[in-house]
Amino acid sequence: MAEVALTLSGVAVAFGALRAVDGVDLSIPTGQRRAIIGPNGAGKTTLFNAITGVVPPTEGRVVFEGHDITHLPPHKRAALGIARTFQITNLFPSLSVEENMVLALRGLSPQKFSLFGSPDLSTADQDRISRALRLAGLADRSATVVTEMAYGDQRQLEIALALVATPRMLLLDEPAAGLSPTERSIVADVIRGLPKELTVILIEHDMDLALGLVDYVTCLHEGRLLVEALPADIRTDPRVQEVYLGKPHHA
Amino acid sequence: MSGLSRSKSPMGALVGVAVMAVGVIAPFFLSRYQIGLATQILIFGMLAMSIDILVGFTGRTSLGHGAIFGASTYVVLYCVTQAGLSPYLAVVLGIATATVLAAVFALLAVRTNGVYFLLLTLALGMIVWGICLRWTQVTGGENGLRGDIRPKALADYKDFYWFILALAALVTFGIRRFVQSPFGLTLRGIRDSDSRMRSLGYNVPLHLFIGFTMSGFFAGVAGAVYAFFNNFVSPSTVALTQSVESLLMAIIGGVGTLYGSFIGASALIALQNLVSSHTERWQSVLGITFTLIMIFAPEGIVGKFRALRAKYASKH
Repeated sequence: MAEVALTLSGVAVAFGALRAVDGVDLSIPTGQRRAIIGPNGAGKTTLFNAITGVVPPTEGRVVFEGHDITHLPPHKRAALGIARTFQITNLFPSLSVEENMVLALRGLSPQKFSLFGSPDLSTADQDRISRALRLAGLADRSATVVTEMAYGDQRQLEIALALVATPRMLLLDEPAAGLSPTERSIVADVIRGLPKELTVILIEHDMDLALGLVDYVTCLHEGRLLVEALPADIRTDPRVQEVYLGKPHHA
Repeated sequence: MSGLSRSKSPMGALVGVAVMAVGVIAPFFLSRYQIGLATQILIFGMLAMSIDILVGFTGRTSLGHGAIFGASTYVVLYCVTQAGLSPYLAVVLGIATATVLAAVFALLAVRTNGVYFLLLTLALGMIVWGICLRWTQVTGGENGLRGDIRPKALADYKDFYWFILALAALVTFGIRRFVQSPFGLTLRGIRDSDSRMRSLGYNVPLHLFIGFTMSGFFAGVAGAVYAFFNNFVSPSTVALTQSVESLLMAIIGGVGTLYGSFIGASALIALQNLVSSHTERWQSVLGITFTLIMIFAPEGIVGKFRALRAKYASKH
């Protein structure tokens, strides 16, 4: 278990003069569930983008399972087993749930280059898709077109898409954003049900939800790492309280 | 059973067979002039359908397809009239040229999106037009190239029509198979969200490159047989108006419907010919018609028809 899945050393992402992520060191063991918290603008999503390659880091190194991926484009990182969901729902809206899943499944298979092949699915693929849909709580929805789905279901499909290709590390960017309490608990159950060997990094604003799901918490503030602690200790940490609630006034 | 956009209704197959049957017997009832129009509709329908691969299924609007189509026409006419090659070899070279040209366009355009893609393909098409206009010793400049190049076996206008009809059926089948294939699905994925495609492991520019090149191949097929049809090519064949007209055909018929391309080609070519024989203001009539279609059926004729049918089906 001591194996390290992901190491960031001195990672910085600068947009002109703004250093959205400013020298973050992070090490996440294989199979850990890690939450990244922090107030708005702390650099959480930018850090995700640096890990997935959407915005390559301007400084520092990103190492995933021994591969230096600092300068790899997103699709090559995906090939190494890094999957993500998006804070703002990012699906294929005009396609059916099944077609969404097929695209997710074939992202790493040479079948995606079959120019005149039959669109029919093999039974093995069919099984993998139904399993992932069941895990995400979307069984029997495969024929539905995404635009016709409720927002909560779309959030679950976000996770299903990231899961079906059996990644080695999953990055969840506010999976419960904009959901009702009932829908949140469904998403929480989905995350709890993820395979144990899968490394999961979670950005979440809802503290109760996040702290109930993870082994360890990293708090970012203004692009820098502020605190790393166990979920039980994070609420009582004075530095975390300070960035969320402001400095206590001394009389 | 998977329902991957294969709404294969028996109705659809029946309509296909009926349309094909009408197409086959049509020459017995039409005048020579009308058969010529029908042949022209089929050729431009194929060109419009090749554009639909990009517009309807990939979400990229090309204004360079007229140039790709016309390049093929130029090569076929040049090979036969100037180089003395057999027309069959000329067709192969014409299609190959169009495919390579499309690959070059694709290399430059695949990293762009939206209006930049549009403008880049437009600019590349203008370059081809400029070359055809100025490289007089090869292209004949403004006079173009002329010559009776149609192979003997297809010399009769009815035989030629049937040949084009069969080719159009084959091309339609090929394009349909292409957009519904696993690769075709990746194009639709890119149309809907290229950032999600990247995060799923797809090399998006590579897929766009292949899609664009394939589309250029089909445009080249249409361009090559257009050389047989017209026996003449001039810079207007590779000009921007050619690209715009064939894009309009795809839009009028309904983007993303494939078959709509033939409806759009029929509408545009029939209007051009019918209206221009009655009034000199035929272009105004065309403009008004196009505006009305965009207001009342922005999804195109076939798109509108499908939407109405779906509405009807959900009520009953």
